[in-house]
Amino acid sequence: MMRKILIVLLLLLIGLALIVTVLEMPTFGEAGNPTNNEVPERYLERSIEETGALNVIASIIIDYRAFDTLGEATVLFVAIAAAFATLKAN
Amino acid sequence: MEDLILRYVSRIVVPFVQLYGLYVVFHGHLSPGGGFSGGAIIGASMILYALAFNLAAGTKKISHDLSLILESSGGLIYAGVGLLAIFLGANFLGNMVAGFPLGTPGNLFSGGAIMLITLGVGIKVAATMITLFYSLIEEEQATDEHH
Repeated sequence: MMRKILIVLLLLLIGLALIVTVLEMPTFGEAGNPTNNEVPERYLERSIEETGALNVIASIIIDYRAFDTLGEATVLFVAIAAAFATLKAN
Repeated sequence: MEDLILRYVSRIVVPFVQLYGLYVVFHGHLSPGGGFSGGAIIGASMILYALAFNLAAGTKKISHDLSLILESSGGLIYAGVGLLAIFLGANFLGNMVAGFPLGTPGNLFSGGAIMLITLGVGIKVAATMITLFYSLIEEEQATDEHH
């Protein structure tokens, strides 16, 4: 019983922390947001001439941020390694 | 599992699903989609095939070893294109600065290294889904035989 109360209290605390964090976030779509700087401007204006790809998202994830996507592909590799480590251990 | 309807429908549907997956992978730089989503579609088509028939029929099309090799080679294509950019005199995973031909924007063969990397990611994601599915099913069958 004591344990359950502790778990609920802990969950409430985590939930409160998350809600406070979300309330601190800048308003979605506002012009003065910190993300609204020269980086997305550069992507939108020059991605076609710099990467030759019509899909701006592809030009970001495969060209500008390709190293990040390589890490994402490594996650898949780790998933396989983890599955093998747990399933074929014995 | 002897489901006649599932078998006939999947026999009709699987080639189109795979063709759509290849379309999504190869048009990653032109339309919504790319390596991750296209690879997931191809992997799901193989999982559907192996579910509708059985594991033996699925492994006859793509064996467990082949899917493991494809999984690693997809990552190698990605890293290899990145290293190729270094040998061409640019940073790791450079595209235009490394001198990959960009082509006319809008054509299928455009975007330089983007298409190669998308192909590598597509192979990797498809092979990962198939390998994980095979591993889980094989483990299930192995534990069934024990009990």
